[in-house]
Order: sequence, then C-alpha cells, then structure tokens
Amino acid sequence: MGEALIRAVDDVTLSIHRGEFLALLGASGSGKSTLLNLMAGLDRPTSGAIFAEGRDLAALDGRELARYRSQTAGIVFQAFNLLPRMTLEENVELPLRLAEVERRERAQRVREALERVHLEKRREHRPAELSGGEQQRGAIARALVNRPAILFADEPTGNLDSATGVEILELLREINQTLGATIVLVTHERPLAEQFAGRLATMQDGRLAAA
Amino acid sequence: MKIRDLTELAARNLREAVLRNALTTLGIGVGVASLVAMLSLGVGLQRLVAQHLARTGLFNAIFVMPHSGFRRFESRPNPAPPKKSPPLDEDAMQAMARLRNVIEVYPQIRFLTEARYGGNSFPAIVGGIPLSDRSGGAFDGMEGRFFSSPTADEAILQIGFARRIAKNPASLVGKEMAVRYAEREPLAAAGGKKSSSAADASTKGASPGFSIVLRETQLKIVGIVKTDPEGFGHFGRGQLFVPLRVSEKLHATQISDLRQFLHGPTPQPTYSTVTVRVTDPSKVAAVEAAIKKMGFATFSLLDTTRNLRLFFAVFDLLLGIFGGLALVVATLGIVNTLVMAILERRREIGVLKALGAADRDVRELFFSEAGVMGFVGGIFGVALGWAIGRALTFGTDVYLHHRNLPPVDISFVPWWLAVGAILFAVAVSLAAGIYPASRAARLDPVEALRYE
Repeated sequence: MGEALIRAVDDVTLSIHRGEFLALLGASGSGKSTLLNLMAGLDRPTSGAIFAEGRDLAALDGRELARYRSQTAGIVFQAFNLLPRMTLEENVELPLRLAEVERRERAQRVREALERVHLEKRREHRPAELSGGEQQRGAIARALVNRPAILFADEPTGNLDSATGVEILELLREINQTLGATIVLVTHERPLAEQFAGRLATMQDGRLAAA
Repeated sequence: MKIRDLTELAARNLREAVLRNALTTLGIGVGVASLVAMLSLGVGLQRLVAQHLARTGLFNAIFVMPHSGFRRFESRPNPAPPKKSPPLDEDAMQAMARLRNVIEVYPQIRFLTEARYGGNSFPAIVGGIPLSDRSGGAFDGMEGRFFSSPTADEAILQIGFARRIAKNPASLVGKEMAVRYAEREPLAAAGGKKSSSAADASTKGASPGFSIVLRETQLKIVGIVKTDPEGFGHFGRGQLFVPLRVSEKLHATQISDLRQFLHGPTPQPTYSTVTVRVTDPSKVAAVEAAIKKMGFATFSLLDTTRNLRLFFAVFDLLLGIFGGLALVVATLGIVNTLVMAILERRREIGVLKALGAADRDVRELFFSEAGVMGFVGGIFGVALGWAIGRALTFGTDVYLHHRNLPPVDISFVPWWLAVGAILFAVAVSLAAGIYPASRAARLDPVEALRYE
C-alpha cells in the first residue's frame, strides 16, 4: 500500500563463519526474518551484496538462485510447511526430485535423513498424522536431505510447546556438531538462543543492534 | 525436474483434488467425445459412400463414345456443331490400350435375347462382363460363383430377372438355359438384295451392310448377382451376364448397330461405348484428355468425385467446428481449475521454491498437470466418442431393420482420429495451462509463505 519505501533490513553487515551456530534475535518486525530470507535466497536485496560460499546472491539470476536454495541452503519454517498430501517420506524426497538426484540414490538419502531425526518409523504417515514436534523434525530432515552447507531455521520452535522446542534445538545443535553445517536460527526467545547458539546477533528496526 | 518426476507429481496432485480435477477432465472428455463422435460420423458416412461407389468400379473407369450430336452428358445452352468422330472400332480400342496407365479397354456389348427356360421364354438384355469386374465388389456375396474361365459358356443372372424365371432363384444355379439371339452376319457379296433404291444411292457401295440371322446357344447358369456391374453409362440394364469374350464371339447384333449403320456404315463392327480402365483414379484426367484428343467423347466420374470430396471436406469441417466448440468450453474449465489451484496452492508453490524449485519447475509442474488432464480426458473422450458413434450406428440399424434394409456402419473411428483427438486434447490443455502456469511460476516465495 502506498508509495513509502519501507526498509525492512537496512545497512546490515554480518559475517557468519562456516560451521557456526548463529542466532538472530529481535522483536517481531525487526527485520530478522527478512534478513534470513535474503540469506536463504528467497528474496533479493534492493542494494548491497550477500556472499555465500563465494558467490554474490544479489547477482544471481532466478535459476542460479533456485540452484543455491537447492544445493547450498536448507530451510526450516515456523509452520513446518510439509505438503499435506504427501507422506513424510515423499516430503523428504521432494528436494531430491527438484535437484534431479538419481532415483536409486534417493531412497538411501531419504532413509539417512529420517534416521538422523529419528522418524524412520513414521515415514509412511502424512503430516496431519504427526505431532508438531514430529512435523518439525520431518521438516528438518527435508532441509537436510540435499546436504546443505547452511541450514536456515525461521522460528522453528514458534508453533511448539517449550519441551518440544528444546528437543528441536537440540537436534539442530547435533546437526551443527556432527555434520558441520552452518546454522542460522531466527528466534525471539533469547534464553533458548543463549542456551544453544554459539553467537547471538540482535536486530532492531531493520538494523543490526548487537552482533 | 525430470519428466518422470514431473508427471508423477502432476498425477499425484490431480489425484488429491480428485473431484474438481475429475470434473475438469470429464469436461475435456466430453469435448473430445463430441469432436470424435462428430468426425467419426463424417468419416463413417464418407467411407460408406466411398465403399458403395468403389463397389461399382467407376472411379478408375472412363467411358468412351463417338460424338453423336446427341450430347447425352454435356448440355450447353448453345451446342457447337456436332463433331465427327473416327469409328469406335477395334483399331481405336487398341490405340487407347497403348496409352499410359491404361489397364484394359473393352467394348460394351449389350444385345437383346430371348431366354428359354422350363418351356417359357423371357426377353432379356445380355451384357458382356470382363473378368476384371470380379474384383470390383459387385460379385461379393453373390449366389453361386463367378465365371470359371473367360470363354466358358456360362451365365450369371441378375436377381430381378432370376425371380421372373423361378420362384426360388437359388434353384437356378447349375441349370442349363437356351438363349436366342440375332447374329450379325456380313453379306457375302456387295450390291446383293438391297430392296430400297434410295439406300443404294446414298451408300454408294461403301459398305456391304449385314444380314441378321437367328441363332441359339446353350448357357449354364452359375450364379445370381444383385447389381449390374457394368450398368453405369451404358444403354439398358443387363439381366443376363456372360463372359465378355463369349459375348464377342457370338457376333450378336448390338442395340446400337442400327443407329451406327444409318450414321455411316463401316466394314468392321463398331461399339457405342468402350470402357477404359486406368491404374488409379488420379490417372483418369490425363488418359481422358488423351482420348478426347483422338476425337471421342468421354465421360468419367472424376468431377463427381471431386465434388463429393469437397462436400465431405466441408461436412467434416462443420462437424469438427461443432465438436470443437465443446472442447473450447472444456478449455475454459482447465484454465479455471488451474487458476483456482494456484490460489489454493500458493503455500505449496512457496515451499517448492524454498526447497529449490526454479520458476521453470513450477511452470512445468502446472503445465504437466494440464497435460495429464488433457491426456486422460482425451482417452476418455475417444472412448466416449466411439461409444456415441456405436450407439448412433445401433440406432440407425434398428431403424433400417424395421424397414427391412441391411445394416450399415455410419460411424467409424480410424486410428488417426483416435490418436489425433488425444494429441489435440493434450495440446489444447497445454495451451490452456500457459497462463496459469506462468502465473504460478512468477509467485514470490516470500509472499506465498507469509500467510497461513
């Protein structure tokens, strides 16, 4: 609405090291989700540059950006976003289909990913038949299945009770430590962030307040 | 994405929203069905007409006549003065036989006879039949059999004539019958027994004329046939058929002999009509032109068939337009279904993009869904269209049965129509999917994922 330009993320300089577990904190509307979307290749900055694995995301065309999302980034959402019509297994297989991974290899990779999140027994269930925690773990398996270098988690515990939320963050920490994946966690729960993340960055009104 | 994954996902998405997609697919199916039913009717009727005409063996035939001044086949308001043709005799026939693409040339031989059977006599027109007529289809389903050899003294009766001779025509097969006819015998010497002095003066001894002698021959009835295979473009309907060579050997006086005699007597017999068969209907025009150049009048069904083809082309087009209209309505259904699907599946599209789907993948997915709907609808439509055609045929045959007429196939689905209709349905569906698919592909993933 209107012509006024809203700068959701403005003048932010942030470096994240390989293998780091970074938590982005901030009130709602502070621009932390927008920053995550920019880093995950879902959105483009109007100006500036985002370097990931040596490439400037701002300079990539749509297809290359899609390839970045497929090969380098893994994304977990607050609302899980598993496709309701597919079984868990099929949901996890989806990124492999999009990445055109050979059929023979897919089953193996799906199994590995589900084992990692301890859901191998639920693979034939549909999302509606899973608990919130299970759905989020399934979503993590889906994000991991293409072996991304960076895992982005946008309020992954927002729809879960606190005990389950802790379980999810423990899982993310385990992934960070055993797989060496870089993790960028967006949350507004400072205590959880402090407990699990290696570094905290706080957003306020679209700017980085403290890194 | 790979094609197999695309189709799998597309089929799966379609299965999930089964009711709505089934209705859309049904719409395509009904559209295709109406198209197929209409065109199958067009094709079926065309085939029926073509079969009936091919049966007559007329499509590769040219009928040759001398210019008589009577203009039987061409009627112009101001007729040109009658042309004088060379005699249509053995020499002319051999000249025609030497033309390219001509299979055979034979004269029409028709003469009056009196057939005798069981103590009664029946007047009959005898027709000479070349053995090549056998393949024309007129003898399919005949009673008895065809002539055993070109020179066998055998007869095939036309069914109407056979019924006049015997109550049960089939019982005639294998029986002998006597046939009386008038032989044309050349006069031994010129200037003999002319009774009219006027005729003497006009002919100036150019022709010896001929005498007519009563003869009788025995023929064995071997078959009974429904139609006269040589009955078109000829004088009189044949009732009793003999092999052409046998009819030539008899030297019977032709019905046309008298007219020819008065017009200008010639030493050897001439024919009123000669049939020229060519290898293929497409060769008729060239051969016909060559024969016209020799100075004869010709007639062929070429123009008639050209008009017939044109008629069926227009007929098919009209039927196709009506059938196509239904498909257009079905197309709108596809557009609607897919656009609705985009609204409903915003989130799914956002998720797919977040997981690494490029715009192209999303576009192809929606495209595939449209294609799968078109394909399934096309198959269903062809089956339904075929069934409608069968139902129409059945209805027609019931009607024909009540009127004691033989059944016909008025609808026919050739393979090209089936395949073409399915391809057409897919193409139309894909075209209908262009707009929805590109809209889905342009969807911003952040926007799409924002709302619950």
